[in-house]
Amino acid sequence: MNRILSIVTTAYRATQEEQDDAVLWVNRALVNGGAQIDFLLQGSAVNYAVARQDPAGLVIGSVAIERPAVPPADLLAAQDSGMQVFVDRDDVEALGIEPGSLERQFELIPKTSATALFEHYDQVWLW
Amino acid sequence: MNKTITLCLMDPPYESANTTTALRIVDAAIRQHVNVNVFAYEGAVALTVKDQAPHANPVHGTSVEEEKHPTTKDFVASLARLADAMNVNFDWVNCGLCVDERGTGNVIESARRGGPPDFLEMVSTSDASLVVPTRRD
Repeated sequence: MNRILSIVTTAYRATQEEQDDAVLWVNRALVNGGAQIDFLLQGSAVNYAVARQDPAGLVIGSVAIERPAVPPADLLAAQDSGMQVFVDRDDVEALGIEPGSLERQFELIPKTSATALFEHYDQVWLW
Repeated sequence: MNKTITLCLMDPPYESANTTTALRIVDAAIRQHVNVNVFAYEGAVALTVKDQAPHANPVHGTSVEEEKHPTTKDFVASLARLADAMNVNFDWVNCGLCVDERGTGNVIESARRGGPPDFLEMVSTSDASLVVPTRRD
């Protein structure tokens, strides 16, 4: 079985309409089907590691989004199913995110160590 | 006399946060008694397709009923009803050529077929216009 590293680089792409992040979703679906996949969050997607997020409450007209995507919860669920979650520390700092606000279960790595991380995988997917 | 705004949307449903933001602006405008025109161009013509349907979510382990997945056609239809209730005009025009090339002609009653001349008329009679283009960084 190939080991795959999925690099997620874009955050909140239609997550309200879709009630999911489509990239997180499809990778988790593949894992549920037997794939071996880990996540590396880069770019704006590092914000998915921020622990306290509340996307609830959006109503358009009279249509409420009742099950909005909660990315850190989805990533914690992914971890529970065996996926590892790495977060690009340089991108966290570049966006001014306080490292203490991140979920502690995710592993912060410097950008310079990403290539070494790739060595552990058969395929690297950039989303 | 009510003010009028026009928005031009380009993103297809479920692809961009632009759409959610634009629909929130439309919602807020209507609630402030502002007439709203929307010109749906390119992929945005699919926002009003009648065949959209909610789905279950196997990753979440939820049924169709539990997931309560929203559809953009329901958002637009709801905004049209809100406009009626607020007694303001709401005109949603889909670019006809964009519809034809995508085969997305089966749309809800709140949307009508038109073209760029409609957009020109909209912006010419509006107090403000906002173009929300598709962009990829």
